[in-house]
Amino acid sequence: MTTTTGPHPTRRLILQGAASVALLGLGNLPFAAAPALAAANDKYPNEAFKQKNEADAIKALYGKTAEPSDKVKLDAPEIAENGSVVPISVTTTLDKVTSISFFVAENPFALAASYKIPDGTLPGVANRLKMAKTTNVTAIVEADGKLYSATKEVKVTVGGCGG
Amino acid sequence: MASSIRVRATSNGDITEVQALIQHPMDTGLVKDSKGEAIPAHFIQQLKFECNGKDVFVADWGTAVSKDPYVKFSFKGAKKGDELKISWTDNKGGSDTTTAKIA
Repeated sequence: MTTTTGPHPTRRLILQGAASVALLGLGNLPFAAAPALAAANDKYPNEAFKQKNEADAIKALYGKTAEPSDKVKLDAPEIAENGSVVPISVTTTLDKVTSISFFVAENPFALAASYKIPDGTLPGVANRLKMAKTTNVTAIVEADGKLYSATKEVKVTVGGCGG
Repeated sequence: MASSIRVRATSNGDITEVQALIQHPMDTGLVKDSKGEAIPAHFIQQLKFECNGKDVFVADWGTAVSKDPYVKFSFKGAKKGDELKISWTDNKGGSDTTTAKIA
């Protein structure tokens, strides 16, 4: 703190002050920064798959929140008769896409699948997911470090969790 | 035993479209059998597609992916005759690998 070399030492001090206030505001979240890396490396994001609620799963996977975007096209049926096989796909016109993830809000575990999109792979994926009941499906596209989402409600006639 | 992975990769010039179907129970661990005992979780965690020594697609899956999973994607930079390598690993340490020629 004492060796400020920048041209605006006072401004830097003010920013540092603001940052620590922001950290305090987060309260007891000591690991908040660690899971942010989960989506960036090759490791299986175990923690994110264990989160029951959608917001927690997004936070565990990406460490930030997504904003809705009409550039993310989520294709899912209005009504799925069989919740154990619901065809869901997503495409996007966004550039620099690095990953695409699917969340089913009221499943026992919200995160369903997360796909890494390396350079040269088109930003689109189709898969089939299980849905416990009628709820929102959210696709999150990570492009150029930011998160964009699209959400659609799918009505489920017979839930896909068996038993 | 036949491979658990069925894959079709077709090239239309610049873009290769890949469709894969894998045989796997994808048990969630939440379903009970007829005796009322829970069927333990058994699901694919990671599925990888490699082409010309480079990962072209990596899927991290949870239990909410349907039984006998299906996935479709497209990538650039490969041509007809190139080999695509597909491999998966599941939560019990099981795995399978296969290769397919791009048609």
